[in-house]
Formats: sequence, structure tokens, C-alpha cells
Amino acid sequence: MSFLHDYAYYIGAFGLVLIGLLIVLTKHNLIKVIVGLSILDTGINMFLIAVGYIRNGTAPIFSRPGLEAGGMVDPVPQALVLTAIVIGVAVLALALGIAVRLHREYGTLDMRKIKELRW
Amino acid sequence: MRTAFSIVVLAVVAVGIGAALLAVPFGSPKTQVGDYYNEHGRAQTGAANMVTSVVVGYRAFDTLGEVTVLFVAALGLGAVLSAAGGRSGRREVQPASLVLLAGSRFLFPMITLFGAYVFLHGHLTPGGGFQGGAVVASGFLLLYLGTRGRRVNRIGSTVAESLSGLAFVVIGLIGLTVGGRYFLSNFMPTGALNTLFSAGIIPLIYIAVGFKVGSELSGVIDDLVEETA
Repeated sequence: MSFLHDYAYYIGAFGLVLIGLLIVLTKHNLIKVIVGLSILDTGINMFLIAVGYIRNGTAPIFSRPGLEAGGMVDPVPQALVLTAIVIGVAVLALALGIAVRLHREYGTLDMRKIKELRW
Repeated sequence: MRTAFSIVVLAVVAVGIGAALLAVPFGSPKTQVGDYYNEHGRAQTGAANMVTSVVVGYRAFDTLGEVTVLFVAALGLGAVLSAAGGRSGRREVQPASLVLLAGSRFLFPMITLFGAYVFLHGHLTPGGGFQGGAVVASGFLLLYLGTRGRRVNRIGSTVAESLSGLAFVVIGLIGLTVGGRYFLSNFMPTGALNTLFSAGIIPLIYIAVGFKVGSELSGVIDDLVEETA
């Protein structure tokens, strides 16, 4: 029980990563693969935030007097994730754009029917 | 075959990650650099929000790189979608139902205002240029939902995007020459903590980033909408 208590956030975040990876590996529909990549991305972001957490820490914002720098969580992972989310959206849009082009070219999104994508 | 292979890969990844994470206890302080930023960020950058002081203070050059990645991704989307010559001419404008149309017209200025608030107060409250820009772009998405065939002014958004990107670099160069120390160094007074006009160049950079992200994501939405229409 204490194991679960200690590692619940890691388990949740990497659960998402593994689900995303499973979708990427097993699905044949390109849109589903892109959704899997997006889930994987979310899991990694959550993991970074969980690593930066410090028990009983507050958000690293000095919004009112009396907050101590010692009781705050690590701001660096949050700063990384902040930009990673927006870039994730742009990369997702790029992937969808390539999927649109593939569909226009081959008339299908099934990776088994697109020769160059088969594995 | 493929499923079995995938499950083996997943099992290997899961065991490896699990073994590695057992050595990283949850909730304990792990790095000293975060403590340093929390301790000295207020005095050195003047921002109340430590995340902002890291993003556009200590690591502003890194953020310039991230903005470039976003720019390249948006550019790539435009190139991928337009290369096939699918661009049709002027389409007729079809309004959606009255409720959606009126709702989108009513909400668009408020969403834009909220986005501007978020990136203007990036150094004081949770938020900043990236989030504010995304909020502004969501307002444009609502406009597209309200009226089919309606387009934002692409030239205007491209100009806004270019100027804001240029502003980021120019602020950095001023820091290099006038501030005299390094690229993107703070050459303005940091002011009183927790007031709107504080933190030197941080709000200026975040305004530029807000405009840039907003116009880029609006452009992404525009590309995708044009493709599906």
C-alpha cells in the first residue's frame, strides 16, 4: 500500500506512456497511431511534473507574502513542460497534415495498404 | 506476431523504467538548480512566478529555440498541405446556426481578452506567452466553427508572427549590446515584486511570444480547416 502511495504518480504517468506505445505498435490506422503518440506525449509531460514535485510543496509563485522559497516545488520541469505542451500541439498538427497528404495520395489510412509504411 | 512482438517490447520498456524509477523516490527534492532558482529568482529576475523566471529569464535562449521549433512545425504543416495544390479559390461563406454564430461572435473578444491577460500577467500568475497564445488561437478556432468558409487575414497573421519573432531577437540583441553582458540579458529595471510593471524584459518577451504562438496556432488551424473544407 505504501508502495502505491509513493509511486502512484509515476505509475499513472508511465501507464499512459505504455498505453500510447502499445497503440503506436499495434494499430494500423494512421489516425489512431497519431492519437497514441499524443497520449505518449501527455504521459511524459505528467512524468516530468511528477519528478519535480516536492512533498507538501506549493506552486513556485510568490503571489502573496509569507511564502518561503524552501517549501516550493522544482520550477525547472514545469518550465520544460510548459513549452513541450505547445510544441506537442504543433507536432500533432504536422503529423495530421502528413496523414491528410497520405490519404490524398493512397486513398486509405491503413498502414498495411500503404506500401512504404508497412513493417 | 506483431502483437506478441509489441507486448514483448512493452514488457522490456516497463521493466526497465520500473527498475530505474525505484531509485527515484517521489516527492523528495532532487536537484539543486531548482532550489537555486526559487531562492534567487526574485532578486535576479524580478518575476514573482519562478516558472516564468526560468522560461524567459534564466533560459530565455532555450525558449527562443522552442519558439523556433514551433515555427518550423507550423511552416512544415503549411508546406505539406499546400504542396499538393489543393488550394481552392474563394469559397462562399456559410454561417452556422444562429446560436453558434451569435455565441462565437459574443465569446471571441472575451477569449482574446483573456488570452491577452494571461500573457501580460505571465510573470505574476500561472500562465504566460505560450498559454495565452493558445487561448487566443482557440478564439480563432471558435470563429471558424461559427462560419464555414470564413478566413482570417493570413497576411496580417504572418506579419504579426514575423514581427513578434523579430521582437524577441531584437530584445536579446539589445541585452547583448546595451546591457553589455550576454544575449537576452535584462537591461531594464526589475521594479517592485508582484506588480504589473516589473521583471524587466520578461513581460516584453512574453508579449512577443504570446503574439507569435497565437498567430502560429491560428495559422495551423487555418491550414487544417482549409484542408477539410
